[in-house]
Amino acid sequence: MSRPTPPLDVTDRRIVNALQEGFPLTPRPYAEVADWLGLTEGELIRRLGRLLDTRALTRFGPFFDAEALGGAFCLCAMAVPEARFDEVMTQVNARAEVAHNYARTHRLNMWFVLATETREGIEDAARAIEHETGLSVFRFPKEREFFIGFRVAA
Amino acid sequence: MNIDTTDRGIIEATQGGLPLAPAPYAEVAAGLGLTEAEVIERLAAMQARGVIRRIAAAPNHYAFGLTANGMTVWDVADEMAEELGAEVGALDFVSHCYLRPRALPMWPYNLFAMVHGRDRGEVEAKRARISELLGPCCQRSDILYSTRILKKTGLRLTPRHNPLGRR
Repeated sequence: MSRPTPPLDVTDRRIVNALQEGFPLTPRPYAEVADWLGLTEGELIRRLGRLLDTRALTRFGPFFDAEALGGAFCLCAMAVPEARFDEVMTQVNARAEVAHNYARTHRLNMWFVLATETREGIEDAARAIEHETGLSVFRFPKEREFFIGFRVAA
Repeated sequence: MNIDTTDRGIIEATQGGLPLAPAPYAEVAAGLGLTEAEVIERLAAMQARGVIRRIAAAPNHYAFGLTANGMTVWDVADEMAEELGAEVGALDFVSHCYLRPRALPMWPYNLFAMVHGRDRGEVEAKRARISELLGPCCQRSDILYSTRILKKTGLRLTPRHNPLGRR
């Protein structure tokens, strides 16, 4: 994000494109993917490590669905006065339930996602943030999610 | 939770990422006192149930030049929202697409679609394509650019027990 990343070569980009699709559940999965890409297992692992260290990849592994786990996600937004922005950001970010938080261009200028292990956890966390900050938390739970085929073209 | 303690142990062991080692599932298994085959089976079963969406790499959009990120929001007629949402989600440049409740009067929008580009001009061009697709079914729209990532950790289960009861 803010840290400059070293340039990625064609092989790095092929790795990123391939690994956005999925990863084998077999005993030697890196060897299998390396084989498709014409690399050695060792080279794939080394390059993946570097892509993660330089933050070109934010994560590599299973992506869990909080809702399928019996928990919940909820997008929330607040209208934070500019003068209090950093103070409120610190209060919001301090909560473990806050998975992402973004500053955005709107009167509702702080948008964050609550991820909790139980459905009730969302309300508890939103109320706690309202109590702590004295600001309203607008809740935008998803009513429907549409299938997405988007991939970053690396 | 719709998972047992073994699944939970596997989730806690892998939510930060898979081991970068030739036999990653064997490593996870060793840490939990399971066999490699059990870990693979459990992961496959969780994937089949939708607990795992996929096992994959998540690129940092910024590192790949996608530095303009806009949340486009649309006030779409309720009776058309399902159908139009599916069409917007199918556009190859939309990375997330949801229907959410409005918060009137402050927030009249019910369809949310995330759009990314190398600059805001590119994002605006993509927004215009969504606008075209929605046509008269959309009354109002807006775009909220992200100006700063304040936090990004993703879901974390709080370790609250010893996986498989071991200390």
